[in-house]
Amino acid sequence: MDLNILWFILISVLFIGFFFLEGFDYGVGILLPFMGKNDTERRIVINTIGPVWDGNEVWLITAGGAIFAAFPNWYATLFSGFYLALFFILVALIIRGVAFEFRSSDRSPRWRSAWDWGIFVGSLLSAILWGVAVTNILRGVPINGEMQYVGTFFDLLSPYTLIGGVTTLLLFTVHGALYLTLKTEGEMVQRAWSIAKTVSVGALVVLVLLAAMTYFQTDLFASTLAALGILVCAVAMILTVLFTYKKAAGKAFIASSLTITFLVLSVFSGLFPRVMVSSLNPEWSLHIYNASSSPYTLKIMTIVALTLVPIVLAYQIWTYWVFRKRITAKDIHY
Amino acid sequence: MTELILSRLQFAVTTSYHFLFVPLTLGLSVLVALMETWYVKTGDETYKKMAKFWGKLFLINFAMGVVTGLVQEFQFGMNWSEYSRFMGDIFGAPLAIEALLAFFIESTFLGVWIFGWDKLSKKVHCMSIWLVAIASNLSALWILIANSFMQEPVGYVLRNGRAEMVDFLAVVTNKHVFYQFPHTVLSGFTTGAFFVLGISAYHILKKKHVDVFMQSAKFALIFGVISLFGVLGVGHAQGMHLVEAQPMKMAAAEAHWETESPAGFNVFAIVDKENNTNSFEIKVPGVLSFMSYGTFDAEVKGINDLQKEAVQQHGEGNYIPPVTSLFWSFRIMVGVGSLLILVVLLGAFLYKTKRFENTTWFLKLLPWMIPLPYIANLTGWFLAEQGRQPWIVYGLQKTADGLSTSVPAAYIWTSLIGFTLLYGILAIVDVYLILKFVKRGPVEAEDEDSSTDVAKGASLWT
Ligand code: HDD
Ligand code: HEM
Ligand code: HEM
Repeated sequence: MDLNILWFILISVLFIGFFFLEGFDYGVGILLPFMGKNDTERRIVINTIGPVWDGNEVWLITAGGAIFAAFPNWYATLFSGFYLALFFILVALIIRGVAFEFRSSDRSPRWRSAWDWGIFVGSLLSAILWGVAVTNILRGVPINGEMQYVGTFFDLLSPYTLIGGVTTLLLFTVHGALYLTLKTEGEMVQRAWSIAKTVSVGALVVLVLLAAMTYFQTDLFASTLAALGILVCAVAMILTVLFTYKKAAGKAFIASSLTITFLVLSVFSGLFPRVMVSSLNPEWSLHIYNASSSPYTLKIMTIVALTLVPIVLAYQIWTYWVFRKRITAKDIHY
Repeated sequence: MTELILSRLQFAVTTSYHFLFVPLTLGLSVLVALMETWYVKTGDETYKKMAKFWGKLFLINFAMGVVTGLVQEFQFGMNWSEYSRFMGDIFGAPLAIEALLAFFIESTFLGVWIFGWDKLSKKVHCMSIWLVAIASNLSALWILIANSFMQEPVGYVLRNGRAEMVDFLAVVTNKHVFYQFPHTVLSGFTTGAFFVLGISAYHILKKKHVDVFMQSAKFALIFGVISLFGVLGVGHAQGMHLVEAQPMKMAAAEAHWETESPAGFNVFAIVDKENNTNSFEIKVPGVLSFMSYGTFDAEVKGINDLQKEAVQQHGEGNYIPPVTSLFWSFRIMVGVGSLLILVVLLGAFLYKTKRFENTTWFLKLLPWMIPLPYIANLTGWFLAEQGRQPWIVYGLQKTADGLSTSVPAAYIWTSLIGFTLLYGILAIVDVYLILKFVKRGPVEAEDEDSSTDVAKGASLWT
């Protein structure tokens, strides 16, 4: 296996990690107004992800850095092409990030409610926009022979990609609700269950819809691996619904994690070996060879990544262990 | 053309803004870690109060650093995509390593530190703030390795229409890093020291929590003296290095138009851009030669000769960076450095002779010193980055050629206005919070806001 393929896999892994971890962070943020009926409850909701959300976001930063290092042309075409979309994502992430840190620093109800809005809207927007972005990459966008995006912002919005946005929105919300069933207590757990029940059915429906549209809109199913991935993803989603109705918290959360994992996995295997599909001419697509760094850089980065990633995983898992307890009103000093 | 100006403006705004928070993070993280270490070593609650009080301010600042850093990570692709294609082979690597090696540690262990006060043993808790401090400074190292390549390209070949890395070790051990990294980190430490010093003075004047703040001031004074000597020493060496590595930058920073031997130092100059000369200057003979080469009679090349050389080497074009702005940036930075070292030495002297607590005029002065390191930081970066113009990668790619070709001006206007507005609002919030927690002082900061029954009426939907 050459290093270009290895880096394609590594970047998929980073995105799986990102969507799996930030997925429940976004979900928790979106559910904040529905889960927290008063200030104490809202602080409990926020504290379930308080110690970890920033570490989770670094998966995205790392994915960005890894794309830059391994496939500079991908980095250049993607982020200049999706300029406005990325700008909106950044604004959403900025608002959400400061809101987590600032909302409890002042007692005024208006202050807190403003930041709660920030958390809600920031999480909601990012959850939708990631879905829109990913489906666009898969479906293909106008890229010319010089690897330049030649469309506009509005070319990124179509029924298919919007369904993509709704899918990630609902998936992340279910994922977040299930996370909350594991991390809160008492009445709040019940609330999380009833939200998970409703939303998971919706998620299943749009996921199937998305899969169907994907069949017509993209060539994803040409790849056996991707097709299998979609299948497993759908099964995992069905299991999520079943376990949710059985109130089997651990199993349901694992099932929703697998749903997200296999969704991302099949998107990447459907793309392979391309990293951005040109809708103008298949020849103009960016792939892991014409977009990549030199073999030397890939070699250096491989050594670095293979040493550091296991260490990162080890201490991130350790943090989840330290903060494994459910959060109750007693725990919210911060 | 407009796209170029807008993108440059946006980069300057967002990056300068990011760098308002970065230096304090670099310095204050280490100071808080030191305070907590003393707490663990002595068991004295005063140190714990210190760590918690300064830690709270650190967190507010850190949050701003994080969210503004997010923009940094992506804007090379957004606005400088051709630069990214040209440079990605080299530039991407340190950026990815920064994330893997530094950001992960930083963010993970900060979470542990905030939420782990009573979940972890004292030692493990203290270790987590040290990890944050070390990782912050490591992140500075890697981003500056990237920046140093842009200032002084090494370890590459031009191949396939781009710069390709051939020697990773050379990129990492770039000479420029050995000046830029300590200079930047120590200026961050200086920023932290004056932040702590100024706020401590404010409380000592009010006679509130005097024990906590006298102790904080002591930490800050020691830290400040060491850091400032470092900044000035490295800065001087850096200047001498740049005379050889980027002679145009230093000539412009001195408004030194004509080659001279010995060369004089302009204390003051009014630049005449039209005629490439100074219409007015106050010159001290021989001093520039001395500062550049250590002898009073060395020849120092002037801007006009360097321009001719550049044309010969790279073809027609204007290779002169904005002289006035560089000249004053340099003088402001050095001026601030000189003033600060006097202040910190005087402070240390007063402290040593036990007069610090009662020298009211000095205590009143100290809070006003807080902005100065910030000014020096920004002017320092202006010097480094503007002095590199017209190059984005020195000698290899012009800024104009690094611009994204597929992003229309309307989009950049949108993001420029958007970021500026958002950053403006956040600045107000940040200052409000910092002032609030500064005024409140230690201890109370912990209890009041965390009492859970307050703000019960708050509701998201009303
Ligand atoms: C690793 C790269 C890198 C790093 C660490 C920095 N910069 Fe930079 N800077 C650039 C890479 C760069 C650049 C991409 O090369 C720019 C964009 C346009 C240009 O000409 O250079 C630039 C331009 C630029 C400008 C505008 C200059 C002009 O257009 O005339 C300013 C004011 C700064 N920077 C300031 C900073 C500050 C305050 C930094 C502290 C964090 C900083 N830079 C770090
Ligand atoms: C222009 C290039 C830069 C990029 C792409 C960049 C990127 C980032 C990113 C993505 C973060 C957020 C990390 C997190 O979530 O924890 C961050 C924070 C940080 N950056 Fe930068 N940065 C740049 C310039 C700099 C420079 C020049 C320094 C130091 C000399 C620096 C030092 C830091 C530090 C210490 C933090 C921690 C957060 C804080 O400041 O409070 N950065 N940066
Ligand atoms: C005698 C005093 C000083 C001298 C001679 C000096 C020298 C320099 C020089 C020559 C540069 C340009 C480096 C480049 O282009 O690569 C620089 C940059 C810089 N300076 Fe200073 N400096 C001094 C004091 C200070 C002080 C007091 C601070 C802040 C507290 C500071 C902060 C910075 C920063 C943040 C940069 C940009 C990063 C870098 O390129 O290293 N400097 N300084």
